Amino acid sequence: MFLYLFKKLAVTIPTFFGVTLVAFIFIRLLPGDPVLLMAGERGISDERHAVLMAEMGFDKPILVQYGYYLADLAHGDFGTSIITKRPVLEEFATLFPATMELSICAMLLAILLGLPAGMIAATKRGTAIDHTVMTTALAGYSMPIFWWGLLLIIFFSGTLGWTPVSGRISLLYYFEPVTGFMLIDSLLSGQEGAFQSALSHLILPTIVLATIPLAVIARQTRSAMLEVLSEDYVRTARAKGLGPQRVIGLHALRNAMIPVITVIGLQVGVLFAGAILTETIFSWPGIGKWMVESIFRRDYSAVQGGLLLIAAIVMLVNLAVDLLYGIINPQIRHTDS
Amino acid sequence: MPLLEIENLTVSFQTAGGQFTAVDKVSLHIEPGEIVSVVGESGSGKSVAMLALMGLLPWTATVTADRLAFNNQDLKTISKSELRKIIGSKMAMIFQEPMTSLNPCFTIGFQLTETLKIHLGMNRAERKKRAIELLELVGIPEPRKRLTAFPHQLSGGMNQRVMIAMAISCNPELLIADEPTTALDVTIQAQILELLLNLQKKQGMSLVLITHDMGVVAETAERVAVQYAGQQVEKQQVKGLFSNPHHPYTQALLNSLPERSNSKILPSIAGVVPGQFDKPKGCLFSPRCDYATTKCHTIPPTAASEELGKALCHYPIVDGKPTNYPEEVNP
Ligand SMILES: Nc1ncnc2c1ncn2[C@@H]1O[C@H](COP(=O)(O)OP(=O)(O)OP(=O)(O)O)[C@@H](O)[C@H]1O
Ligand SMILES: [Mg+2]
Repeated sequence: MFLYLFKKLAVTIPTFFGVTLVAFIFIRLLPGDPVLLMAGERGISDERHAVLMAEMGFDKPILVQYGYYLADLAHGDFGTSIITKRPVLEEFATLFPATMELSICAMLLAILLGLPAGMIAATKRGTAIDHTVMTTALAGYSMPIFWWGLLLIIFFSGTLGWTPVSGRISLLYYFEPVTGFMLIDSLLSGQEGAFQSALSHLILPTIVLATIPLAVIARQTRSAMLEVLSEDYVRTARAKGLGPQRVIGLHALRNAMIPVITVIGLQVGVLFAGAILTETIFSWPGIGKWMVESIFRRDYSAVQGGLLLIAAIVMLVNLAVDLLYGIINPQIRHTDS
Repeated sequence: MPLLEIENLTVSFQTAGGQFTAVDKVSLHIEPGEIVSVVGESGSGKSVAMLALMGLLPWTATVTADRLAFNNQDLKTISKSELRKIIGSKMAMIFQEPMTSLNPCFTIGFQLTETLKIHLGMNRAERKKRAIELLELVGIPEPRKRLTAFPHQLSGGMNQRVMIAMAISCNPELLIADEPTTALDVTIQAQILELLLNLQKKQGMSLVLITHDMGVVAETAERVAVQYAGQQVEKQQVKGLFSNPHHPYTQALLNSLPERSNSKILPSIAGVVPGQFDKPKGCLFSPRCDYATTKCHTIPPTAASEELGKALCHYPIVDGKPTNYPEEVNP
């Protein structure tokens, strides 16, 4: 198991360096130089330009610049926002819990609905239930997020007036963040109605963000389940006189989970992409909205740092997924080490 | 009273090319403690017939039978949950492919003790004790250690032993072994076969041994049913079958045994078992039969008398010669 872990880490670390390279090159590929970009429409005098270039180290050879960049990263310095002058890592850390709360809720919703839906569709293959589940999944998969979000807002917030339109909690409530998760903090604050308010703010963004992962998970579960159900060991399980819950829910599901977990891991990346749109639609103060705003503000060092941090998180999740495989299917663990 | 009664069992599959009859009016009676062998080439419906009995076929299969009974209990009308109480405990089955028949995600111990929990309601300690006992019984060294092993860590032969241990865990009255040795090395084959026979004697259970090896039949069984393209073509005592086969297919199978062949080249039956799209009109064996006449090619035969092993042939063979055979044709 340790060897397996080590091997997976050995793959992850070079990937991370690859990502740093991309993030590093990104800002240098933009037309003009960084100082010009930051100056924007206003323009800048040549002397001031030269001073700034030297100050930020852009006058050094590119390899030296990359070396400095890596050294900064090693010290946990992900750059400083040009606009707010605060460290990017700090900004990221303040906003990240909001994105994480939304993402976790969306992922939970997607898994809790997607897994059973796919399992039911597989065991009832070819029936009306199967067709309904699969058609719905296809619709969800091809849903344009922006349009879908607006549709939900118009219906649930506009027509029915059930849910708030934006933000994480009603302005009536205020408390210092403890965990950064509004659901937990609102409970901790002890203020009456705070939790309900946080929850009602969370519902629509969660649904919107969960839609695509939910569809993908349902489809993948169905196909993995169908494949596993025709395996010899499932027949053996039935030949032992085990009931369908045990045959499907234990013997088949355990094996079907392997491809499903891969897909769930990949959905984490999709989730971050989706968060950018979802947070923008619902004014959710998280990383996605911050990235979009940083782009509009031409805060390139924020974008660069944010990109790297998001990539690092996605990679960590994928590493965790790889480890989970090894736990679920011992064969993978044993043959890989 | 027979332990198992199968009367005119027919199984057809719904396929993209229409209905396909994989098992056609097969009958089999098995007495307690008896060893019966079912032989036939690949694709003759041996596995499908037994899977139908156990209720293990996929939903595309339609199973009909005049009678399907175990211990006088009608398996046709029994509820699914009642059937689940019988299979895996009183009636167990082991399969052709030991390497894929065990679940890769669970330990040997877990898979072995499942039946003990479900059928016998044993507690954890009892299950563990019994599991070790069972592994010892099937000749697995260091059974205690093996309980925590996964199937891929054992060899094919060891996995088949585990399958056997699992099948006999609840002391079944009937064990169906579907070509239990086909996927194994020759030396292991003999060991597994011997193990099965020992267990059969020790436990006094009935054994249905599916095989396409006539040699195995000769060494083990008391009675044989020969199956071809889904039909039962002959049923006899082993002795009688070897000395006086009544169906040309049986005769051909026996002729292809190495010890019966007097030439250097092993004779084999030319051609293959007909499948869904090339079923002949008359006798299903006629395209490959040395004795086939126009009648054979056009009219399906009916079963001969009990003395003639119910041979499904227009001209059942007696002492090596077809009977009632038209004079003008030379076989
Ligand atoms: N699920 C299924 N759907 C359609 N046809 C099937 C199915 N299972 C088996 N068959 C067909 O039924 C026929 C009999 O198959 P079966 O597995 O019983 O043969 P067998 O006598 O056990 O052969 P072998 O010695 O190879 O195990 C074959 O032609 C096979 O293709
Ligand atoms: Mg078979």
